[in-house]
Amino acid sequence: MIINTVCIVLVLLGIIFFVGGAVGIVRFPDFYTRMHAAGKGDTMSVFMVLVGLAVYQLSDFTLANLLIAGKILFITIFIMWASPTSTHALIKAGLEEGQKVWTRNDKKETEDEQ
Amino acid sequence: MYRISIFLLLFGIWIVFSGQFDAFHLALGLISTALVTAISSDFFFADRSRGTGARIQEIVRIPWYLSWMLYQILLSNLHILKLALSPGDLPEVQPKLVRIKTGLKTDFAKWFLANSITLTPGTITIDIEGDELLIHSISEVTTTGVEDDAMERKIASVFERGNN
Repeated sequence: MIINTVCIVLVLLGIIFFVGGAVGIVRFPDFYTRMHAAGKGDTMSVFMVLVGLAVYQLSDFTLANLLIAGKILFITIFIMWASPTSTHALIKAGLEEGQKVWTRNDKKETEDEQ
Repeated sequence: MYRISIFLLLFGIWIVFSGQFDAFHLALGLISTALVTAISSDFFFADRSRGTGARIQEIVRIPWYLSWMLYQILLSNLHILKLALSPGDLPEVQPKLVRIKTGLKTDFAKWFLANSITLTPGTITIDIEGDELLIHSISEVTTTGVEDDAMERKIASVFERGNN
């Protein structure tokens, strides 16, 4: 019962962070700031959802379930490893390709041009 | 000694992933981990000048760093969530390119710092040039966060305690 509650809370929190990331992708002004939402809104949310699932597995404590929880932990480690790497690769490619960095002051000028 | 520890590490991972404890699967695991160790054990740690004791000390300290890291990720994820859901034309979004100098010496520690910065929402490491990191930061708060060297000091205390 307690374990189920912990699991549900973790997964729900993860989903809230996911929503924040998705909204950020739509609302942020340029490529770089969108990468912030796309690449990293995930880290915490995926972590929370997966830890929630691992906790759920452990509610019925057997060796097989312990191993499954271990595998889920491996997935979280992989995501924490791969997500920053791919974010970095994309954003570096963007900079080298010449995407303009949006700043507060630029915005006024572009509005004036229009 | 080095090869044996790599072999044991890989075999442990095999056991966790396979979850089967009969002789057939364990034998398969033995053969494949032995093969991988023979072919590619040199790739795991390029710098083997430090003793096993120092390595084990590092490995013991990493989880402590990771738990601090997780707390930081949680804090800054909340910050991004707040940014994304703030009304109007997002007044707090003030993106900026920041350069910070790092005193870390080994490539691995620099990589660890860069990955930690990228993992913390609100800051992305674009490039490492020598001992300078080029960082894209999304708001005032994350900029001051990344210019503070708390993270770097923690990493130095994990990986470069002996050197400093």
